Amino acid sequence: MAVDNASITEVVLGGTRGGPDVKTLREDKWWKLPLVTVLGLSAFVVYATWAAVWGDSNFFYLPHNIISPFYSPCLAHACKAAGDTGSPVFDWWRLSPALIILVFPLGFRMTCYYYRKAYYRSFWRAPVACAVQDARPGYTGETRAPLIIQNIHRYFFYAGLVFNVLLTIDAVQGFIWPTLHHQLVHGQYVTQSGGFGMSVGSLVLCVNATLLWIYSLSCHACRHLCGGQIRSFSKHPIRHKLWKFVTPLNARHMTFAWCSLFFVAFTDLYVRLVASGTITDFKIF
Amino acid sequence: MADVTMRIWRGDDKGGQLVDYRIEGNEGEVVLDVIHRLQATQAPDLACRWNCKAGKCGSCSAEINGMPRLMCMTRMDQLPAGPVTVTPMRTFPIIKDLVTDVSFNFEMAKRVPAFNPPPAPEGGYRMAQVDVERGQEFRKCIECFLCQNVCHVIRDHEDNKAHYAGPRFFIRYAELEMHPLDTNDRRELVRERMGLGLCNITKCCTEVCPEHIKITDNAIIPLKERAVDAHYDPVAWLGRKITGRKKRSADEAAALRP
Amino acid sequence: MADYESHSYDVIIIGAGGAGLRAAIEAKGRGLNVALICKSLLGKAHTVMAEGGVAAAMGNVYSEDNWQVHFRDTMRGGKMLNNWRMAQLHAQESPDRVRELEGWGALFDRTKDGRILQRDVGGHRSARLAHVGDRTGLELIRTLQQKAVSMDIDVFMECKILKLLQDAEGRVSGAIGYWRPTGEFISFTAKAVVLASGGVGKSWKYTSNSWEGTGDGHAMAMWAGADLIDMECVQFHPTGMVWPLSVRGILVTEGVRGDGGVLRNSDGKRFMFDYVADMFRAETAESEEEADKWYDDHTAGRRPPELLPRDEVARSINSEVKAGRGSPHGGVFLDIASRRSAEFIRRRLPSMYHQFMELAGVDITATAMEVGPTCHYIMGGVRVDADTTATTVPGLFAAGEVAGGMHGSNRLGGNSLSDLLVFGRRAGMGAADYVEGRTGTPTIDHDELEAVVQESLKPFTRETGENPYDIQRDLQEMMQSNVGIIRTGSELEEALVELDKLVERADNVAVKGGRVYNPAWNLATDLPSMLTVSRSVTLGALNRKESRGGHTREDFPKPDPEFGKVNLVLSQPSGGGMHGEIKISPEPLLQMPDDLKVLFEETK
Repeated sequence: MAVDNASITEVVLGGTRGGPDVKTLREDKWWKLPLVTVLGLSAFVVYATWAAVWGDSNFFYLPHNIISPFYSPCLAHACKAAGDTGSPVFDWWRLSPALIILVFPLGFRMTCYYYRKAYYRSFWRAPVACAVQDARPGYTGETRAPLIIQNIHRYFFYAGLVFNVLLTIDAVQGFIWPTLHHQLVHGQYVTQSGGFGMSVGSLVLCVNATLLWIYSLSCHACRHLCGGQIRSFSKHPIRHKLWKFVTPLNARHMTFAWCSLFFVAFTDLYVRLVASGTITDFKIF
Repeated sequence: MADVTMRIWRGDDKGGQLVDYRIEGNEGEVVLDVIHRLQATQAPDLACRWNCKAGKCGSCSAEINGMPRLMCMTRMDQLPAGPVTVTPMRTFPIIKDLVTDVSFNFEMAKRVPAFNPPPAPEGGYRMAQVDVERGQEFRKCIECFLCQNVCHVIRDHEDNKAHYAGPRFFIRYAELEMHPLDTNDRRELVRERMGLGLCNITKCCTEVCPEHIKITDNAIIPLKERAVDAHYDPVAWLGRKITGRKKRSADEAAALRP
Repeated sequence: MADYESHSYDVIIIGAGGAGLRAAIEAKGRGLNVALICKSLLGKAHTVMAEGGVAAAMGNVYSEDNWQVHFRDTMRGGKMLNNWRMAQLHAQESPDRVRELEGWGALFDRTKDGRILQRDVGGHRSARLAHVGDRTGLELIRTLQQKAVSMDIDVFMECKILKLLQDAEGRVSGAIGYWRPTGEFISFTAKAVVLASGGVGKSWKYTSNSWEGTGDGHAMAMWAGADLIDMECVQFHPTGMVWPLSVRGILVTEGVRGDGGVLRNSDGKRFMFDYVADMFRAETAESEEEADKWYDDHTAGRRPPELLPRDEVARSINSEVKAGRGSPHGGVFLDIASRRSAEFIRRRLPSMYHQFMELAGVDITATAMEVGPTCHYIMGGVRVDADTTATTVPGLFAAGEVAGGMHGSNRLGGNSLSDLLVFGRRAGMGAADYVEGRTGTPTIDHDELEAVVQESLKPFTRETGENPYDIQRDLQEMMQSNVGIIRTGSELEEALVELDKLVERADNVAVKGGRVYNPAWNLATDLPSMLTVSRSVTLGALNRKESRGGHTREDFPKPDPEFGKVNLVLSQPSGGGMHGEIKISPEPLLQMPDDLKVLFEETK
C-alpha cells in the first residue's frame, strides 16, 4: 500500500544547542534518589542471593507450618530435607530450590514498569535524573535485544498471579499446624497437638501475601488488561469497574513495589530466624 | 524586596555565555516578570518567548536552575537563595538567548494520522463522560514542549530525533487510540515509526509537565501495552487469527485520511 | 531593490487564533492555496486563554433554548448596537459549528445522555456554553490547529505583518512583514487577505491580553482604507486577578460565577443586588434565597445578579471599590469556597484552582479570590458585511475580535468563541468566493514594499532615541487612567494630546542589537498599530456622548436613544498611517427586519 508522505519532511538534525555545555545545571540534590535506589535494590539482591543460594536449610518451620516465600512452592529435593510434608515435583534438583522459584517473581519485577524506571535511572544512568546528561553516548532504549524482552511483562504478571495463589495457600497453611510427637525440628524435640493455630509467623505470611497481591494488581499490565485496552468504557461497564478499582492502586505502584520487596525479604528472614531457633515465633493461640 | 541576581544565557548559534544581571525583585513575582523588567531596563534585546503569562499557552519554556519549567509559573520566592540561572531549552537548536527552534515538534505533529470518526448522526455524536475524560486529560496539554525537552532520548541523543515522536505526541496518540469514536489503529505505527520503544519510562516528562498530565502512566505505558497487544503477545495474535479481527499496519494507519 | 523572500497564495490569513484557523480550514477545503500567518507559535494565540465556553443554542440542557433566544440575549447584551444580521447568523449557525468540532476531535464535557453539556454565564438566558472544564479555548484552538495541520495548510509562525499591500485599483493584493526569529523580511502576494488578528488590549496597563494584542489588524485595515466602527466599546472583564501585582489583570473565568461563585464587598455583602438596572430587573432575582434556588433549577427562581452582563458587573465592582468597600488590594471578593465543595471546585474549575494556587498562593476552595476589572476585549472593529465578512476594501476580509458589529457595545461571555467559529468560516467562504470571482494576477507595489521595510529598520539607525518599552509603558498608563472603564470628556481630550506626544516619541525610537529575535525591535514595530488603535478608541469615546455597554462616560451617565441609533465610523480618508488624521462620523445602524423586531417586543 502506498504511503501518503506528501506532508512529511525530514527533521533537520545537528542544530547548535543553547546553554552552557555541561552535564547539568541542577544544583539540588538530584543524586539522592538514584543513590537510595541503588542502595535499596543492592541490599535486596545481596540478601536474596545469600538466602537463595546458601540459605537452603532453614526456610521452613514445621511446627507452625510457615515457609519462606523464596522457597515456595516446595519443588525440589531440599524441601523434603527441610521437613516439608509435601512431595517435591523436581526431586532431582539438588541445588537450592529457590533458584527455580525466584526466576518468576524476579522476572516480574525486572520487567515491571516501575523497576525499569528505577534501574534505568540509578544503575544505567539513562538518565540518572531529569535534565542530567545520560552516562553513555549511544541509546536504543527498548527497541532491540535484550531490552525488547521487557514486552513480555504481562506473562510474568500471569506467573506472578500463580505465585500469589501459592503464597496465599502458604499463608492459610500457616494457620493449620501439624500434630507432632517428639519430633526433631532443627535440633529440638517438639510435641504439639495440631489443628488451627496462629502465631506471629502466620500473620507475617498473611501480610506478605497481601502485599504481593496488591503489588501485582497495581501493575500497569494488569490495569491494561482489566480495562485500559478498551476504547469505550461506557460499552464495557464491568471492565470499567475493574479498571477503576486498579487505577488508584496503580498510582501507588512504586510504593507497593518497595513495600512488597522488603516484606518478602523480611518474611524469609523471619522464617529463617525462627527455623534456626534464633528467635521464637510467638504463639497467639 | 531585595535585589536578585539573574544569571541568564545570552547567545546564539555561534556561541554564548551566562551573564549576570542585578535587578530589584518584588513581592509575588515569577521569573518571567523579572525577565520582562530586564528587557525594559538593562537588556532590551534579551530574547524570550511568552504570551499569556498565566500558564495557559506554554510559550515561556526554559530551564531554571537547570530544571525545565515555565517562567510564568515559577515564583521567585520559591527558588533557593542565590543567583537564578535561566537557560534556553537544551534539546532544541538555539535561535537566540532563551528562544529555541521548536520546529521538531511541529514536524512530529504533521505525522499524526488525524482523528477518524464515522459520519456524525443526526443531532451530533453521543459520547459518555467517562469516555471523554481519558482523552480530556491529554488535551490539557499546552504544548510547552518541556516534556520533549527533558526527554533524554532526544536531549542526549540527537540522532533519535529523526524517528521519535516524544512524550507530547505519545499523549496525542494515546488520546486518539482511547477516543471512543476513532476508527484508525495507530499501534503499529507508534511502535515502528514513532519510536515508542525508545522510551524507557524514566518519567521525567511527567515530572516536568506543568499541567500535571500523567504522561507515562496514563499514555506511554498504555501505548506500550497496546503495542504488546498488536505485536508481541502471541495469545493476542492467536485471538486475531481466531476472531478474524485485523490490526492496521503502520503504512495503513499513516495513509488513512478522514 | 533588495531581494526579499516572497510567496504567492490565493488567500493569506493574518492571525492563527480561532477565527484565522477556521477561515483557513474553510478556504483550504475549497481547494485554494492558503497561508496562515501568526506572530507567535501556532496554537498560542489568545483563543487559548478563553475559559468558560462557547455559546450555542443547542438546547442540550434546557430544551426550550433556540437561536431566537440567543439572538435576543446577544442584542440586549450589546445594548442593541449590534449588527443584527451578524447576531442572527451567529445565533443560527453556532450550534452546527460546535458540533462540527467534535468531528475534528474536540472532547466537550457531556450531559448524562451523552450530548454536549452546557453551562451558565452572564447575560445568557439558558445554560448555553459548551465547555471543557475551564479550558474551552485551549480545546477549540487545539482542535482547529490539528485539523489545519492534517489539511496541510502552510503556516508561517512568528511572522509579523507590518502592512497590507494594494494594487493600483485599491484591491488588497498582499502584505509585507518579517520573520521574528531571523529578522528577515518576507512578502506575500495574495488574491484575498483575511484579517483575524484579534484584539487591542495591550494598550492598557491592567489587561488579560498578551503582548500580541496590539491591534495590528485594526490598524492595518484602517491604513488600507477600511472603516472601523464603535472602537470606544472596550470590554473590561469584571473579574481579573488583582494580587500579587505581577498577575494583575489575568483573567478569572466567568464560569466561577456560573457555577455558584458570588461577589462580596469588604462587609461581606452580596452587593450586586444593589446594581440591577431596569432593563434586567424582570429577570433577575431579588433576594439571595431566590438567586440560590436558580442554580439547581432555573425555573425555581430568577437569575442571580452576579450573572448580569459583564459591563454591568464591572461597573458595579468599580463603584464598590470607589466607595471604599473594596478588598485590601483594590478589588472585591469572589467567593465560591463557602458555597461549593472543594471537590466540585477542583473538578469544574481546575485551571482557576491551579492559577490561584501557584501564582497567588490562594486556595480557592478555602478562601475567596480578590478580583477587579481588567481590559479584556474590544467589541468595536473593522466594519464588515455580515454574510461575507468583506470589509469596505476589496479583497480584505475580517473575522473574530478584529471585526466590529457582532457584539454591539458589550459582548456576552461565550459569544466570542462562537463568533470565531461562525465568522471564521464565513471569512473563509467569503474570501474563497471573492478569489474565484477575481480576475487578473495580484500585483504589489515594490516601491511601497521597500518604503515599509526602510521605515521599520529606522530604529536601528538612531544612535540615541526613545526606548520602546518606555513608550509602551507610558501609553498603557495613560490609556488606563484616561480611557479606562469610566471616562470623561476632559480626560479624553487630554488623552488625545498625550497620544500626539507618544506618536512623536515613537518616531524617535532607537533599538540596539541585531534583527534576530530582538524583542525591543519587535515592540517598536508594534507601536504604530497600538497608537493608531488607542487614538481610534479615544476618538470614539470622546464622540459617543452617552454611556452604553462597555463605554461609560461619567459626564453622560445615561444611554442616549439618539446615539443608540448610530455606529461611530472611523476612517483615514487621506492615509498617513500612524500619523494620519482619523475622521469620525456617525452612521445609522442597519435596520432590523420586522420579524426580528417582534422578538424584543413580546418579551419586554
